[in-house]
Amino acid sequence: MHAIDINAVNKRYQNLQALDGVSLTIEEGEFFALLGPNGAGKTTLISTLAGLTRADSGSLRVMGHDVVTDYRQARRAIGIVPQEIVFDPFFSVRETLQFQAGYFGFDRDKKLDSWIDELLTNLSLTDKADKNMRQLSGGMKRRVLVAQALVHRPPVIVLDEPTAGVDVELRQTLWAFVRSLNAKGHTILLTTHYLEEAQQLCTRIAMMKAGKIIAMDTTEHLLNAFSERVLKVRLAAALPIDLVAQRIKEEGAGENTWHHFAIHEYADVERTLAQLRERQIPITKMEVTEPDLEEVFLKVMHK
Amino acid sequence: MNGMIGFRTLLLKEVLRFWKVGFQTVAAPVLTAILYLLIFAHVMSSSSAAFPGVTYEQFLIPGLAMMSMLQNAFANTSSSIIQSKITGNILFILLPPLSHWNFYYAYVLAAMVRALMVGLGVFIVGILMADIPVYSALWIVIFAVLCSALLGALGMIAGLWADKFDQMAAFQNFIIMPLTFLSGVFYSIHSLPPFWQTLSHINPFFYMIDGFRYGFFGKSDVSVWMSFGVTSLAFLCLSAFTLHLLKSGYKLRQ
Repeated sequence: MHAIDINAVNKRYQNLQALDGVSLTIEEGEFFALLGPNGAGKTTLISTLAGLTRADSGSLRVMGHDVVTDYRQARRAIGIVPQEIVFDPFFSVRETLQFQAGYFGFDRDKKLDSWIDELLTNLSLTDKADKNMRQLSGGMKRRVLVAQALVHRPPVIVLDEPTAGVDVELRQTLWAFVRSLNAKGHTILLTTHYLEEAQQLCTRIAMMKAGKIIAMDTTEHLLNAFSERVLKVRLAAALPIDLVAQRIKEEGAGENTWHHFAIHEYADVERTLAQLRERQIPITKMEVTEPDLEEVFLKVMHK
Repeated sequence: MNGMIGFRTLLLKEVLRFWKVGFQTVAAPVLTAILYLLIFAHVMSSSSAAFPGVTYEQFLIPGLAMMSMLQNAFANTSSSIIQSKITGNILFILLPPLSHWNFYYAYVLAAMVRALMVGLGVFIVGILMADIPVYSALWIVIFAVLCSALLGALGMIAGLWADKFDQMAAFQNFIIMPLTFLSGVFYSIHSLPPFWQTLSHINPFFYMIDGFRYGFFGKSDVSVWMSFGVTSLAFLCLSAFTLHLLKSGYKLRQ
């Protein structure tokens, strides 16, 4: 059984084809990223998965439950952290979490109270538990949204740009917590514009553009296919002509020129440095850059 | 069972939502009704009684109580839904596995709780100011419950339909207010010219006020069974329509 199974989903809003035959499966326990520019269809896809939007055709299943015909089980299996910060101004943090658990059929008992306490602790919200939602900062409200998505213990967690506009401390707290949930077997689906987060956290990535999935593979394969390690050097003299042919890129001018060489394996670094040594060209600065998801993203989007 | 807990939680949330601002949602409408009572009872004290043996003050109190109930039942569901839609927190109840029945019952029951609290408040103040007879407690309860549920359902329709507060205010000021004020709260329709009497009979709010008043005095402008029939039919139609809107996800799920 797949944690998420999306099959040939289409959704059209008047003149806009928001989802165009989207199919993807996410396995249980995966940490999966869904990337794409604004308007690519990521949030529409998540809304369709959550039952907030109805697909024109195709099917979506969460832990084997169809989101339309078996919506009760499908919704119990998924926790969504929305992109926008929304809250109910009438209630405290604890009340908000108790109500959310109740909507999912969890009666108030010691087990629920202790799970809410655990969530509050893990998201550094304990001292805000009895504060009204209006009194919380934007970052704190976002933490509550995360807690709300988790309060019914869903096996699948969807985070729709959870770190947009939040400080470093929250990001670190949030990712540490989400990683621990993933380690316990929760499936995570993440959308983000911070590509370094996706690169660090996710084992598999799908990229969307204009309602279609245009690339989907493991993070490692995508990086290897569209990006490369690069040795960058600045030299005290001009680059010899035979080495110019090996150079993949030149950046800057004069003595500030960076010469880029592709590195397929680390032995290539030593080989290039040896060639420079042989010609007695001193290196004034040197860097080795790792494959970069941002570069992959740009190449895939402009392919 | 899980659905029952979901419904109960939503009901509790909706009741707490208005109770946390009880001065605005319960005390203020009671005060408004008292002011109406003081002013109209004073101004109209010399006018002839609507029914034989019933003073104007006695006649006015049940009407005011019902008018307050109707307005507050409507306000509770409509304001809750429009606020949730506009602030976006409606998401919290759209993501869980709540059915359209859960939504309907929770919102309408919460509206009834608020309406009955307001009605009781007006009635308690009323019996301190005038001697109010109770001819049939059963009819009083039936109309109080039925009419507050009806306006709760109507409030849900308005809340779902409106996209902004301006539209909601228009619904309230141009439909609900005229219908309640022109329903015979302040007068018996027998005191109106024939044309206006006929027109009053197509106002469903008239039957709500008239039937409720029958429970107090055993006298009414039209048969209590007629009022009960019209009100019940209106309630069933509005409930069916509300449930249809909720099930189809009208303006909630795209």
